Amino acid sequence: MASGNGKSNTRLMKGNEALAEAALRAGMQAYFGYPITPQTEVMEYLSIQAPNYPGVVILQAESEIAAINMVHGASGVGARVMISSSSPGISLMQECLSYMASAQLPAVIVNVQRGGPGLGTIQPSQADYFQAVKGGGHGDYHLIVLAPSSVQEMVDFIFDAFRLTEKYRNPAMILADGALGQMMEKVTLPVAGSLPKTNAPWATIGKPNSRERNIITSLFIQPERMEKLNLVLQEKYNQLQKEVRWEEYQTEDAEIVLVAFGLTSRICDKTMNLAREKGLKVGLLRPITLYPFPTNALAKLAKHAKVFLTVEMNAGQMVEDVRLAINGKCPVHFYGRMGGMIPSPEEVLIKVESIAKEFQTAHA
Amino acid sequence: METATNIDGLEVVYAKPKTLTDTPTHYCPGCGHGVVHKILMEVIEEMNIQEETIGVAPVGCAVFAYDYMNIDMQEAAHGRASAVATGVKRVLPDKYVFSYQGDGDLAAIGTGETIHTVNRGENILMLFINNGIYGMTGGQMAPTSILGMKTTTSPFGREVATMGNPLKITEMLAQLPGAYYVSRHSVHNTAAVRKLKKAISTSFKYQKEKKGTCFIEIVSNCPSGWKMTPVESNEWLEKNMFPIYPLGDIKVPKS
Amino acid sequence: MIRGTIIVSIEICKACELCVTACPQDCLELSAQLNSKGYRYAQLKNDSCTGCINCAIVCPDSAITVYRQKKEIKSATQKIS
Repeated sequence: MASGNGKSNTRLMKGNEALAEAALRAGMQAYFGYPITPQTEVMEYLSIQAPNYPGVVILQAESEIAAINMVHGASGVGARVMISSSSPGISLMQECLSYMASAQLPAVIVNVQRGGPGLGTIQPSQADYFQAVKGGGHGDYHLIVLAPSSVQEMVDFIFDAFRLTEKYRNPAMILADGALGQMMEKVTLPVAGSLPKTNAPWATIGKPNSRERNIITSLFIQPERMEKLNLVLQEKYNQLQKEVRWEEYQTEDAEIVLVAFGLTSRICDKTMNLAREKGLKVGLLRPITLYPFPTNALAKLAKHAKVFLTVEMNAGQMVEDVRLAINGKCPVHFYGRMGGMIPSPEEVLIKVESIAKEFQTAHA
Repeated sequence: METATNIDGLEVVYAKPKTLTDTPTHYCPGCGHGVVHKILMEVIEEMNIQEETIGVAPVGCAVFAYDYMNIDMQEAAHGRASAVATGVKRVLPDKYVFSYQGDGDLAAIGTGETIHTVNRGENILMLFINNGIYGMTGGQMAPTSILGMKTTTSPFGREVATMGNPLKITEMLAQLPGAYYVSRHSVHNTAAVRKLKKAISTSFKYQKEKKGTCFIEIVSNCPSGWKMTPVESNEWLEKNMFPIYPLGDIKVPKS
Repeated sequence: MIRGTIIVSIEICKACELCVTACPQDCLELSAQLNSKGYRYAQLKNDSCTGCINCAIVCPDSAITVYRQKKEIKSATQKIS
């Protein structure tokens, strides 16, 4: 690998470009993409770096559908492969993602979300939460979902996503948004070649005499076999629970716990500090993995917190999982902006203050 | 794998290739898929490239091709076999890669992937089985159904005004610079099968030389979908399909 | 005339009759008996088979193995080309 050798590993980089550089350093062997705002810089960056990485496949497909099916093919021969897009493009990939989850093919899918529904807007959004964590395509399956909240995490989570997708043979998604893709921050880049490649004895690389043929398929026409495959997948999702990651800030004494992922967690961090200045005991829980979801961590907080407020850039999606975790033990409120609008820390604070007043009245 | 052995005073002159599994096919009696599978696997056996070949199966009647072909294979989503094959070939450029698709798969839902795969000149062999009907779902109209053809979704016969003309996608693809070798064949008699075999081995030779996309259409039958006996279906094929889809080379390398 | 014969995998045959049509010697027919799937399988009806392999080439189920009287020089399995 050419990159990273003799170059400064700390740089000021745009999220999309940092993510692309990280993928190269993580030993990505193939990338297939299609232009869509606000993530096109990923493919542009890879295209310009391609000459430094002979042997790495960078291909602009004719559509997101073609691109994800190329990912299927490349993953099926054991390559470390990535694809990136934004919301409408990710919608187009859902069929193949279902096939890949069923065929147990590893790949990293990056969704730099934009506002929807429909063609929507190119501004940042978190409205693809349901699509990302609940499956997205048809059938009983999940993606592994990581939600970065900084350009540094756009870099770090690429490594985590490749590690997890290969370990569990399950597609892994990085659920970012247009702001994270476009913003510039200081990043420290990992050394190239530091991520060992998992063996893929199942890969269809040509059948030698020494083994039976390898078949990659998601077709199990006998219901008994289809159910068996489903049981294997469900057991995998059980195993995945141990990979759950989250962060907590000032939750020890918190009466009001904010719950937010990705970009919104940074806004809520600011809100929390503003609220603390006003004497309100506010904490923050940030899910890092959205699937698996930090259900137990939330349930634990529900034992001493008084109220939860989930903040998202959508109409209220993760809040459903928060409510399932809290299971009626505390009230769970929601505050969201939609369609590419980003809430300000101050407007979230207004909501926090009104919730604080409510429960102070209730407990008075 | 069962191997045919010589018996007293007689020697085996023709047997099933070892690159086919012993699994009985699910195909209807007389279906051309079985012949194409066998011929493809014969070529792979004779070229001794079983270890270097990766196939991509479609959605349609040949969805179970991997049950019969004793090689590494991937099963693609409907229409996307050539995109999957592209992913395979780009990562493993020195292996032999083929896609195997029917008319609904390649020429309807997968038209975009088909055209762009050929336009990029992906160095693969694309096999296209054209029987003018959706066999797996029970005989619906395909993009290649000929005019007047009765199917379950064109019960009064395909007519141009509302259903358009049969899509001669192979001629379209031959126009693309990425297409190196484009040829149309059939398996309705022994002479035709021999020609197809030559075309397949020629295509693999071109693939080894990294010449670009080789595209072989096989105009085939669907006795069940056409509601005919296998023998009748082959007669109907000659009389009705060949005038629209004439056999022979459509694009050959300039010598 | 070269003497040949065929062996049909009875349980694999689906009675499509394409081999019967392909045989230039008119020596094939469908059996009166049924195989376990209910098909009348292909069988030789006389001894005029030359081992020309036409029937096997068009067999969609690869159910026919063809044999021919040994020639002195030839030994390898002949494949169509």
